[in-house]
Amino acid sequence: MVYKTIAELSQDLANKKISSVELTQQFLDRIERFDKSLNSFITVTADQALAEAKNADAQRAKGEAGPLTGIPFAQKDIFCTQGVKTSCGSKMLDNYISPYDATVVKQFKKAGTVLLGKTNMDEFAMGSSNETSYYGPVKNPWNLETVAGGSSGGSAAAVAAYLTPAATGTDTGGSIRQPASLCGISGLKPTYGRVSRYGMIAYASSLDQGGPMARTAEDIALLMNTMAGFDTNDSTSIDYPVPDYTSTLNDSMKGLRIGLPKEFFGAGLEKGVEEAIQAAIKEYEKLGATIHEISLPHSALSIPAYYVIAPAECSSNLARYDGVRFGHRCKEPKDLEDLYKRSRSEGFGPEVTRRIMIGTYALSAGYYDAYYLKAQKIRGLIREDFSNAFDNVDVIMGPTSPTPAFKIGAKTDDPISMYLSDIYTIAVNLAGLPGMSIPAGFVSDLPVGLQLIGDIFQEPRLLNIAHSYQKVTDWHTRIPKGF
Amino acid sequence: MEWETVIGLEIHAQLRTKSKIFSGAATEYGAEPNTQACAVDLAFPGVLPVLNEEVVRMAIKFGLGVSAEISPKSVFARKNYFYPDLPKGYQISQFELPIVGKGHIEVQLEDGTFKRINITRAHLEEDAGKSLHEDFHGLSGIDLNRAGTPLLEIVSEPDMRSAKEAVAYLKAIHSLVRYLEICDGNMQEGSFRCDANVSVRRKSDSKLGTRCELKNINSFRYVERAINYEVERQISVIEAGGTISQETRLYDPDKNETRTMRSKEEANDYRYFPDPDLLPLVVTNSMILAVQDDMPELPGQKRERFMTQYALTAYDADLLVTSRALAMYFETVVKESKAQPKLTANWIMGDLSGALNKANLDITESPVATTQLAKLLQRIEDNTISGKIAKTVFEAMWNNEGDVDEIIDKQGLKQVTDSGAIESLVAKIIADNPEQVADYRSGKDKLFGFFVGQAMKASGGKLNPQQLNQLLKEKLAG
Repeated sequence: MVYKTIAELSQDLANKKISSVELTQQFLDRIERFDKSLNSFITVTADQALAEAKNADAQRAKGEAGPLTGIPFAQKDIFCTQGVKTSCGSKMLDNYISPYDATVVKQFKKAGTVLLGKTNMDEFAMGSSNETSYYGPVKNPWNLETVAGGSSGGSAAAVAAYLTPAATGTDTGGSIRQPASLCGISGLKPTYGRVSRYGMIAYASSLDQGGPMARTAEDIALLMNTMAGFDTNDSTSIDYPVPDYTSTLNDSMKGLRIGLPKEFFGAGLEKGVEEAIQAAIKEYEKLGATIHEISLPHSALSIPAYYVIAPAECSSNLARYDGVRFGHRCKEPKDLEDLYKRSRSEGFGPEVTRRIMIGTYALSAGYYDAYYLKAQKIRGLIREDFSNAFDNVDVIMGPTSPTPAFKIGAKTDDPISMYLSDIYTIAVNLAGLPGMSIPAGFVSDLPVGLQLIGDIFQEPRLLNIAHSYQKVTDWHTRIPKGF
Repeated sequence: MEWETVIGLEIHAQLRTKSKIFSGAATEYGAEPNTQACAVDLAFPGVLPVLNEEVVRMAIKFGLGVSAEISPKSVFARKNYFYPDLPKGYQISQFELPIVGKGHIEVQLEDGTFKRINITRAHLEEDAGKSLHEDFHGLSGIDLNRAGTPLLEIVSEPDMRSAKEAVAYLKAIHSLVRYLEICDGNMQEGSFRCDANVSVRRKSDSKLGTRCELKNINSFRYVERAINYEVERQISVIEAGGTISQETRLYDPDKNETRTMRSKEEANDYRYFPDPDLLPLVVTNSMILAVQDDMPELPGQKRERFMTQYALTAYDADLLVTSRALAMYFETVVKESKAQPKLTANWIMGDLSGALNKANLDITESPVATTQLAKLLQRIEDNTISGKIAKTVFEAMWNNEGDVDEIIDKQGLKQVTDSGAIESLVAKIIADNPEQVADYRSGKDKLFGFFVGQAMKASGGKLNPQQLNQLLKEKLAG
């Protein structure tokens, strides 16, 4: 039962093959059994989950069930959950219980999902390997010595190990797609503004976007039906009609124009990954798609631009963690300055501190024009690159990550090489576009992800393209050994 | 040595909205500490700001009131600094692109002439909370009720040349924001406050001197005193061979002095950048037109109209237009009483204002309603009572003793206009005072007043003065 997709579980619940309480208990048992080795959850809300499952069953008995009623689910620990610890992977918020629900959390509650717990993540979503978490790294179910990716590594590993059918993630520079790729699951970063950011703890506000992580494109479509939409509490969310994402899943691939950016297939791309991606593209050709080489000339600038803009915004977003109103406060501060300095240096880990320092510097008087303004200009150029490309193709494809999962500890002393693992994903955030990663094979027994990039609000098309591939391949159905 | 003072003001006007600029929490003054601060004001993780559209309308209103350009696109920026009463660690303000651009206002100086003061810009921002340093045994208390209250910061050009000019400008803006009903103007509660940038230079210099920014001046009187103190200080420093260093200075009203708060070197680097949580603020022409339709008559326009429509002097018109409520009171009384506008103005600026001041009441709280005052003026004009008796009636009205006519009736204050009655009284007074009559007739004209006084005394002041004068003259002439 636990190996089924949401679409299948939804049927089983509707046909009374299983109750939500039973299903929930099965997942809780698996979490209990496997998560000691994976470390994918920060908080497991077992009692609450069973109570919610009971409610879901009652609702179903009354004939008021929707497609997600009673489906067990996990939230990345970046989404605020009322009455439940919301740590954002940081010591700073280790003692923090949110007084309110994020909009996304409310949406899933309303849809009747059952919250199993809160998943592990890089501290304040800053990281590509989940190693910056205060709660320790998440292990990749495909090889416990390798990373799960980040920052939504807990969600990716939990879904890959069948500890939950699905989870939320957030993606600022690749944080949904890269761990989805490394753990062999499907993940969608929607168009910026498509999913509400209210109650999603901010890292870099102009780039952050929440999205679903699950095993199949079909499940992601079901989750998007719940998550997408305008929110009056988020001024950057966009008031644009929400389609039924499942209704176009089976559209034809005939005549689909796929663009392959030459910049995504150059130096740095591991050979095995490239082969898997080329094989996946062959599948699309068989389905009737045409392949076009394109260029995204400013791709190389996306990492430097990102590492100015994201830290600049984070340096300001994280100023509220000052030990005054909530979160970590140092013991016996001497005075105000001591309170600030010690609370913050004790509460934040080294990667967060590094980005706050970079961002503070980039915004300083005399440097603002050279760094922040220039980075914004590059952002404009990157957006233009994509816009030009979409004049001629319907979707852009390439690898999600240049390598499969790497060893835990392999890159922790080399931030630059860590930053480079997001080289294919970051530009998508800078341009505000929707992007997806879907399982597309294995290299040395580790999953490889295929990235799909669409024009704004083209999520239905991306899901249709992903689903078409999943109908003719079985990568997304594999189960890691031992799970 | 001839010195010239150069002053520019930064005025913070708290906008009169029900809720905060970026959250739904209430803005009412005086609530229990930290009872009017929601998750957004407290900057809990994950919260986001949503702009209160009412503040945009109010800012546009102000912009139109000072004939300023309204920016079609303005941008909210973050001003980053750490302070316990600033929950987010940044203040949302407008930096490079403010909503209101260049404008100006005509300010009347003491000698009655007008001077144009240019306004550089006005921008929207949120207020911080309050830090309370007393009563916490060496610790500080934080009240976040004020955090997120909307402010309009109005920045003038350095166009003022004396403390008095600065006060006149401040008063003009104060009157304007109250006319526009965008700010209650309460300086004690801090909803209207100002910082002054002050510098001095020798009259022959074309370059501006180094300025100091004066903070914490929360009354018109303190503005004048703080600037005068600062000007004296700067001149004496320079005359003693020193130089002024750019700094922020705090005004201490108890000691009447300014002292250094922080020097330029200690100034924060605020690391302004556009707030990514808020989209650029777009103001369309139709929004501006809608506000324009809603604009009240402004003090200057009203003053002109009062002078032409009611034939008032500039002095009277100025006094009457100081507040919209006062001007409205005046116009209502004129309309209802059909009395002479001049008489109405005199009563409002004289007896009524005097009584209000004494009782520390605002015109809107006047115990004497417009209809009552109008009736009183009617009774003067139709000769039911004399102007002098009217003061007695007014006092009774003020003390809530009833309707004008009731008071006149009850107290028997009706003026005697029956010439028979006046004649017999006059005859009696002439008969009772033969000596004075003889003196008068022999040329002591001044004694006329004595007879008037006697007659009024005997009648309780109720005789029609014109009739009395005429009859007395006739009878005394013999």
